[in-house]
Amino acid sequence: MRYLPLQEADRAVMLQAIGVDGIDDLFVDVPAGKLLDEPPALPLGKTEMEVERELGRLASQNVAAGSVPFFVGCGAYKHHIPASVDHLIQRSEFLTSYTPYQPEISQGTLQYLFEFQTQVARLMGMDLANASMYDGSTAAGEAVLMAHRITKRSKAIVSGGLHPQYRDVIETLSKHSGKVMDALHADPLGQEDLVSRIDDETSCVIVQYPDVYGRIQDLAPIAEAAHARGALLVVAVTEIVSLGLIKSPGEMGADIVVGEGQSIGNGLSFGGPYVGLFATRQKFTRQMPGRLCGETVDAEGKRGYVLTLSTREQHIRREKATSNICTNSGLCALAFTIHLSLLGQTGLKKLAEVNHGNAVVLADKLAAIAGVEVVTQAFFNEFTIRVNGDAGTIIDALTERGVLGGVAMSRLEPHDPSIRDLIIVASTEVNTDADRAVFVAALEDIVR
Amino acid sequence: MSMNSQGRPSEPKISGAGDQAGKVTFTGNRGLEHEVPLLFERAGNFETTGVDLPMPKRVQSRLGGLEREEPIGLPGLTEPEVMRHYVRLSQKNYAIDSGLYPLGSCTMKHNPRLNEKLARLPGFSDVHPLQPQSTVQGALALMQTLAGYLLELTGMASVALSPKAGAHGELCGMLAIKAALEARGDKRSVVLVPESAHGTNPATAVFMGYKVRSVAARADGTVSVEAVREALDSDVAAIMLTNPNTCGLFEPEIVAIADAVHEAGAFFYCDGANLNAIVGKVRPGDLGVDAMHINLHKTFSTPHGGGGPGSGPVVLSEALAPFAPVPYVLRDSAEFRIVEDAAQAKSDGGDPLGRLTAFHGQMGMFVRALSYMLSHGCDGMRQASEDAVLSANYVRTELRDLFTQPFGDRVCMHEVLFDDVFLKGTGVTTLDFAKAMIDEGYHPMTMYFPLVVHGAMLIEPTESETKEDLDLFIATLRYLAMQARKGNAELFTDAPVLAPRRRMDETRAARQPRLVWQPGIQAKT
Amino acid sequence: MADEYFTEDHEYIRVEAGVGTVGVSVHAQEQLGDVVYVEVPEVGRQATAGEAVAVVESVKAASEIFAPVAGEIVEVNTELDGSPALVNEDAEGKGWFFKLRVGDAAALEKLMNREAYTAFIAENG
Repeated sequence: MRYLPLQEADRAVMLQAIGVDGIDDLFVDVPAGKLLDEPPALPLGKTEMEVERELGRLASQNVAAGSVPFFVGCGAYKHHIPASVDHLIQRSEFLTSYTPYQPEISQGTLQYLFEFQTQVARLMGMDLANASMYDGSTAAGEAVLMAHRITKRSKAIVSGGLHPQYRDVIETLSKHSGKVMDALHADPLGQEDLVSRIDDETSCVIVQYPDVYGRIQDLAPIAEAAHARGALLVVAVTEIVSLGLIKSPGEMGADIVVGEGQSIGNGLSFGGPYVGLFATRQKFTRQMPGRLCGETVDAEGKRGYVLTLSTREQHIRREKATSNICTNSGLCALAFTIHLSLLGQTGLKKLAEVNHGNAVVLADKLAAIAGVEVVTQAFFNEFTIRVNGDAGTIIDALTERGVLGGVAMSRLEPHDPSIRDLIIVASTEVNTDADRAVFVAALEDIVR
Repeated sequence: MSMNSQGRPSEPKISGAGDQAGKVTFTGNRGLEHEVPLLFERAGNFETTGVDLPMPKRVQSRLGGLEREEPIGLPGLTEPEVMRHYVRLSQKNYAIDSGLYPLGSCTMKHNPRLNEKLARLPGFSDVHPLQPQSTVQGALALMQTLAGYLLELTGMASVALSPKAGAHGELCGMLAIKAALEARGDKRSVVLVPESAHGTNPATAVFMGYKVRSVAARADGTVSVEAVREALDSDVAAIMLTNPNTCGLFEPEIVAIADAVHEAGAFFYCDGANLNAIVGKVRPGDLGVDAMHINLHKTFSTPHGGGGPGSGPVVLSEALAPFAPVPYVLRDSAEFRIVEDAAQAKSDGGDPLGRLTAFHGQMGMFVRALSYMLSHGCDGMRQASEDAVLSANYVRTELRDLFTQPFGDRVCMHEVLFDDVFLKGTGVTTLDFAKAMIDEGYHPMTMYFPLVVHGAMLIEPTESETKEDLDLFIATLRYLAMQARKGNAELFTDAPVLAPRRRMDETRAARQPRLVWQPGIQAKT
Repeated sequence: MADEYFTEDHEYIRVEAGVGTVGVSVHAQEQLGDVVYVEVPEVGRQATAGEAVAVVESVKAASEIFAPVAGEIVEVNTELDGSPALVNEDAEGKGWFFKLRVGDAAALEKLMNREAYTAFIAENG
């Protein structure tokens, strides 16, 4: 009961003040027979020590990424987070505060959101960004819906290079809101012809950059082709560190850019919580979902920040809202902005160079193994290899040898026979020469 | 009633705006509270970096000629500068750890620090969702354990853990209902929503292509089964009800309503935002609920984080269980596995509505919520709900002579609803009243929600307050109400005067949106 | 000489040569508070009487604007985009929203004239 400050004596006084005999008199509106006589059939409360022991035991049954040679990516990446980031996000005033609806006593949150929005817009090469979404995949879903609203069309063309789980999210949203999704097949070699699919019913084309296979390509021709037919280009960036080194989607003509911000400031955490990034052009501001923080002045003329353009949102527009979304990913956005303010553009670029360098070195070493072929030509910190066998089996064999060597594409696309021999390998700044050596030796042994 | 237990004067001195608020300093700082320039305004920081990195390997670029050429425009700060920037920002925020947060329907309860410690164990924080399943059995076991707790507490058949927040969970639950109707070839186009519902309810329904049909509440603030029956027909797919409702009241006819809805072939979606009133006391499954989202960041203490991240698992009835989205965790004898693929789910006998997010859900929040549940236990969770309801009714009892309740004085659940009738003729609005609370050191209560009540004030103290803190809060609200009655309107209309900022010009923010920093432009009066 | 009519939803329509200029009344803008944005309909759209064709937003609320009578939208006030404050400053003049070609002039007779509208707001608040 260490979290419950009321004592028995307090409860007695309060019940008396209210004028009832017992607590169940306050549950008088509960229909007959539905008020439980006993607590639920679950264990009684435990001491801190016991809870630590129990959950610690479960934690120790997992292989932490930092404890083995680790090359798993595909939408979530292991990067080094400076110690000050986690320390700062645990400050009470950040951790235990609410959404900044009372701006006078939330300027801390509001200012960091304004800085975050500015950082994201600049990273992505766009005019503005919102205060974050749940994650990259739901941001991608919302971007497609926004494209439908703007163009008043209902068909989205989805590149075969988009993360299959992102595609599945878009499909679920499309199916149940009467929209259409035209998804191209898995495209490891970058051979798909997106442009010829664009017609007058297309609201948008959505591509991933770098794509799920790690491949990077110039998006300007796709942007042009889309615009020529009155459609929009939506770009999804799942490895945000890449934008420290490669052209921004904005400069290539994207209309909406979404991303997963996890790589900066946020750990892997088995898939969540993450932070969705969402940026667009000035002219589409009012069609953007999610929270927005804006600059203004207070009654004394001092600069300050507020949540603004709230009339897009569900709590005001209700049926006519741009989305049903209520929240952003506050604390994860804070971690992102703190880490990025430590890095700055100079640090981010260098971090990206370390990532790219490590990936190139690894790719060359893997390519030298007989039975392994590096399939991706241009990449940032992730690439695809073709192996002479079933990729899933090989990943398991690597795991048995203590190496987490990437993601078998068949894990994301279990029913596509054409990709069964593909593994997607990520390499970030955390990988050492020793890690690479162990990985290469293990794989060489397995495919022999 | 005057409060004197802390040597506090019975009639506090009323400070004018020119008082301690008025001293002008050279720096613009005020004691511990500092003015903080934007990161982008600090000179010379575009070349700096506060992160030491190894030298990159020298390699031939494989970037395909797509190198970024223009500087991005992101300043970098060294660690001491970053610490100061963010510590100073933090000091401008109110937080649960600083004081009572009476926000109705938000459940601002204490966020246990054990939750934070355990979520950071490398076995939870440093595992990738796509690692081979054999290497994450502990994580899968935790998800199963959490699911088991949620099912036992709610009396439901199945739970979808993946939705990332409450509104996301709402979408999930409603999609499950739609899928169930489609599976039996039933085309229905209407969803019933009470006027008092939170905006996400109609927004979700409309997104899915449903027409919203409003159900009026009766004079006591609750929904009658007659009103529901009148609105029901064979075209209604579902009713979306919040219970306890947005006025803080338990819906007394909820079982009859559920029965009527089921008889009409429709489903009952329950918005679980107010679950904190009934955990361990009532099980939604016993009331006839088909789908309900749970806000782990409200009821189960995961931190609000200044606006997220949340987590919104959805419990489902037997009828809806087959349609749960992927992914979900199963146990095969000794091993846990996660089912990620719809086709595979079908071979297991399911018919998933699809996928709502990449990866598995908010694992970081699962750990925290389970840590809370284990810490409280079945007895503690039941006690927490009782204390939440007790505290709200205590506040109601001690304020009811001065504050007005829209539906008359009656027992409430974990939150109490007042309207602005008691402020009539004072020149003080609900907004003004709320801003005066800020100067007294309190975050305001939820204002102007639910929309059906004029000038609504929704107060939810939660179970985390001592009686002493509740008494001071009550005394403060009484003091403010009496000041309003006395005609001391300036106390309110100028407020807040002691916060880091005065009232913000929200009109200007909306008319001339400035959403990113731009060099050379700064908002001035 | 233009004919002026008001609806119970506080829109006005000022008709001259078969084209009606539509906006919200001075009373309405007082109730709305500071207007921050007006979403105007597309030129060429056919509106039915009572159809929601525009939205006027203040900081905390959004209100629908209904076509007082049926007709085709022939012009919209592009000034509102940069200066939504016009609605507060001059609701019945420069703060107009759109013009429509009146489909059925007889429908205008069902609306209130200024005297009737003034009485209406006095009664209903």
